[in-house]
Amino acid sequence: MMDPFSLTFMDVFRFATHIGLAHFLLLAAVLFAIGLFGLLTRRGLIPALMCVELMLNAVNLNLVAFNRYLPMPDLSGQLMALFSIAVGAAEVAVGVALAFRVYRDRATVNLDDLDHLKG
Amino acid sequence: MFDFALTHAWLIPLLPALAFLIIGLGTRRDKDASAKIAITFSGLSFLLALGVLGAVITRPIVMADPFVMKTLWAKVGDIELSMGVLVDPLTAMMLFVVTTVALLVQIYSVGYMAHDPGAGRFFAFLSLFAASMLGLVLSVNFMQMYAFWELVGLCSYLLIGFYYYKDSAREAAKKAFITTRIGDFGMLLGILLVQLTFGTMDFVELKTLLPTYIWETGGGILTIIALLLFIGPIGKSGQFPLHVWLPDAMEGPTPVSALIHAATMVVAGVYLVGRAYFLFSALPVVLEVIAWVGGFTAFFAATIAVTQRPFKRILAYSTISQLGYMMLALGVGSLTASMFHLMTHAFFKALLFLCAGAVIEAMHEEADIFKMGGLRERMPVTFRCMAIGVLAIAGVPPLAGFFSKDAILAAAAEVSLPLYLLATATAFLTAFYMARLLFVAFFGEVKPDCPAQETNAWMRWPLVILAALSVVSGAWGHFAGFGEWIFYGPVGEEHIDWLIAGTSVALTAVAFYLAYEIYVMKRWSAYEISRRLGVLYRLSYNKYYVDEFYTVIRNTFVDKLGAVLYWFDLHVVDGVVNGLARFTGGLSGVLGLAENGQVQRYVAVFYCGVIALTAYSLLIAAMLLAVVGGAF
Repeated sequence: MMDPFSLTFMDVFRFATHIGLAHFLLLAAVLFAIGLFGLLTRRGLIPALMCVELMLNAVNLNLVAFNRYLPMPDLSGQLMALFSIAVGAAEVAVGVALAFRVYRDRATVNLDDLDHLKG
Repeated sequence: MFDFALTHAWLIPLLPALAFLIIGLGTRRDKDASAKIAITFSGLSFLLALGVLGAVITRPIVMADPFVMKTLWAKVGDIELSMGVLVDPLTAMMLFVVTTVALLVQIYSVGYMAHDPGAGRFFAFLSLFAASMLGLVLSVNFMQMYAFWELVGLCSYLLIGFYYYKDSAREAAKKAFITTRIGDFGMLLGILLVQLTFGTMDFVELKTLLPTYIWETGGGILTIIALLLFIGPIGKSGQFPLHVWLPDAMEGPTPVSALIHAATMVVAGVYLVGRAYFLFSALPVVLEVIAWVGGFTAFFAATIAVTQRPFKRILAYSTISQLGYMMLALGVGSLTASMFHLMTHAFFKALLFLCAGAVIEAMHEEADIFKMGGLRERMPVTFRCMAIGVLAIAGVPPLAGFFSKDAILAAAAEVSLPLYLLATATAFLTAFYMARLLFVAFFGEVKPDCPAQETNAWMRWPLVILAALSVVSGAWGHFAGFGEWIFYGPVGEEHIDWLIAGTSVALTAVAFYLAYEIYVMKRWSAYEISRRLGVLYRLSYNKYYVDEFYTVIRNTFVDKLGAVLYWFDLHVVDGVVNGLARFTGGLSGVLGLAENGQVQRYVAVFYCGVIALTAYSLLIAAMLLAVVGGAF
């Protein structure tokens, strides 16, 4: 493990100038956190769906990054990401259609009001 | 020919049962066809019964060595239940009596039920009734007997409640069924104990097993078994204290009363004790109980009969009294006297009831004997038959009752003086109340609006035949050696004890004279006498308040117990179930709070879970690394 108090200037310099796996993972994590935050806080159905897409793409980024930094690179990570994008596209299609139907039916897309499955 | 009858004895109960099925399924709505079928099948089974009687006499089959035919009926675990026929002189006599009375009652019913739209149903039930009783008589083991015993009870229920649109008939039917069920329950326990103790219920096997069993283990459990078994006859044969159903049983059509009181239902109990006499007679305590129950019932019922007014109710109490006689005879150890009296009683009691039916029908359903009078002139044939019946039951020589009652009195006198005195007092009372019945209903002035006329031929001829049987059956039994034919233990010598016979005949004469003076010559006012007797009269007139006593018991104990059990059911049994439901409902309410329908709450909870799982798996991984870290 890296001790943050023993980091030298060179270490920070190298991290800032050499783009590596950690950078991609960091970016993905930030994206994921933003998506999750949005999903938990936004009241609209469409923004919530968009946040879900954000989280999905964070994961895709992870897949591609890991694929690039494999010791013996092949295409499995990229393939997985392609699958994931296709599924995500389908999910968006269904999700938006559902949102549309919900709006037609309930005249609202506010998630707080869509609590008909309350126990 | 006799052998054919003997080997086909199983047809005797089967034929009336078949008649029941044919009528019940087919010709129920056709009165005449139903009657014809019922009488034909009864006639056939009567002929077969005659054949069996002939076979028993000619072969001869004796009490010690019965003829048995049986087949497997049901197999439960190791217990094999068989069904079949057991023929010995006792069976043959019963078959003869039952088929005779049943046949005559059915012929009589053609006339009696001529204007009843339900006659088809009636004949169906009569046939089934006869079939059940015949099956009971032929039983080879306790279980078969119990099955037919219950069938008899069912038929009595159906027939007593025949006029189901009348409240009183429904009530009487229920009363008869429930009261006898109380007895049947005790009997069932007894039967199961027999099976547990001996491993068999077969009469013949039990008879051979019993002496060794008593020799080895004594009579303790046997006494309990026998007493339990005896509860059945107490209910069925109307012994005190379960006699209350019998007087009410007259709610059915009169031919049914004749059948119930004479040949089928009530003698089943006496017959059971007779059939299992090898068991009862081995236990002196039980015999004493039987004797006292019988003796007390005989006297008790006779004192009630003295004051009753409805024609059939007098006869009903007389039946109870006579059944008490039979039990008494069994209790003092004389199977012969008991069965002899059973036979003669069947004839003269059937006669009396059929006469009652004729009279009551002629009087347009008026049953109170004090509203009759002078019927002697209006219904001469019925009167003569009735007179024969009365003389027979009163024990006037040489009619049937004299011989059989004398046999019982003699048997009682040998064993116990109190029982003998009780029986003699009963004989006196019997003569008195029967004379009263005869004198009040048939003598004196004809009431001005009396509609009575002689009955039709269908009803008259059975009366005449039964009257003839009532005359001859006693003397025939006495002189043809009934006692050497049906007996248990050493053969009883048939002789008339002239002291006992003379006493009872003298008492009978006194009773007749008294009744004549009171009810015909009106020398003493019956009303005055009843007033003088005060409490005694009221006790007797109200049947010793036994029914009222049972009502009080029901109201105070049974209803209260019912209330307690109802409370228990409502609050404990239902309470547990309802409580469980309420608990589940409450729990779901609590859990339902989490399900608030807010998607974002679900997402948050879901991610908390994910984080927890991740943290956990990281922890595991760290621990693994700490342990095996060196290997990587």
